[in-house]
Amino acid sequence: MNLRRDVFQAIADPTRRAILMLVAAHAMTAGAIAANFDTARPTVSRHLQILTECELLTQEQNGREIYYHLNPQKMKEIADFIEPFRNMWDDRFNKLETIMKTYKTK
Amino acid sequence: MERKTKVSAEEDKPYLTIMRAFDLPVELLFRAYAEAELVEQWMGTKVLKLESRKHGSYQFETADPQGNVLFKANGTIHEYLPNQKIVRTFEMENATFDVQLEFLEFEKLTEDTSKLTMQVIYRSAQARDENLKLPFAYGVNMAHNRLEEILSKLK
Repeated sequence: MNLRRDVFQAIADPTRRAILMLVAAHAMTAGAIAANFDTARPTVSRHLQILTECELLTQEQNGREIYYHLNPQKMKEIADFIEPFRNMWDDRFNKLETIMKTYKTK
Repeated sequence: MERKTKVSAEEDKPYLTIMRAFDLPVELLFRAYAEAELVEQWMGTKVLKLESRKHGSYQFETADPQGNVLFKANGTIHEYLPNQKIVRTFEMENATFDVQLEFLEFEKLTEDTSKLTMQVIYRSAQARDENLKLPFAYGVNMAHNRLEEILSKLK
């Protein structure tokens, strides 16, 4: 599995980005995270699963509860280097798309 | 707005992959790479030379509004299959980076949509990481310059 690619899929979703912001403040249980969203609980669970699989979140068993932590190492990687690189290309490609759309009708 | 571009850069590998789906027929996407005046518009660089053919070469140059050259790049085209594929080298002039190899694959998704997959191969994993950090470093620089500008006005 290409982990790195999954990371981008993971942060492409607005709910997952919101979860990361929440957990960044402090470790939380799935229930506490879900309470912040109108989304159905299984949907939140699925988001947590994706974030855990790509190592953006880590799980910690504490008694009967599982707490979700942010994996700062992973977050740092993305935030520091790949995001600005990706944004640069995305801006270029958006421009390309806009310019070429005007040629479509010709 | 959601970013449509995906970048995959596995750790300790000397390459990276950039993927993007376009709301354009593949023919138009390809033209954006094949024609000098189009490259100039979306890349925001001056195209001094672009020979879109096998064994052809290209030269780009970017200057600031005062005319100072900021960036110069050149390369050779190794493979040129219209609407399908371009294989080329890319070299930044007066930079510490070695030449890189680029595989650009153009794919038709539907009549009106297409996909570009760009694989970039560097001399080493370390060189890849340094290149990857450039836009970040540039962003930091820009923010820093802006800060200096604001601070100098306060003086």
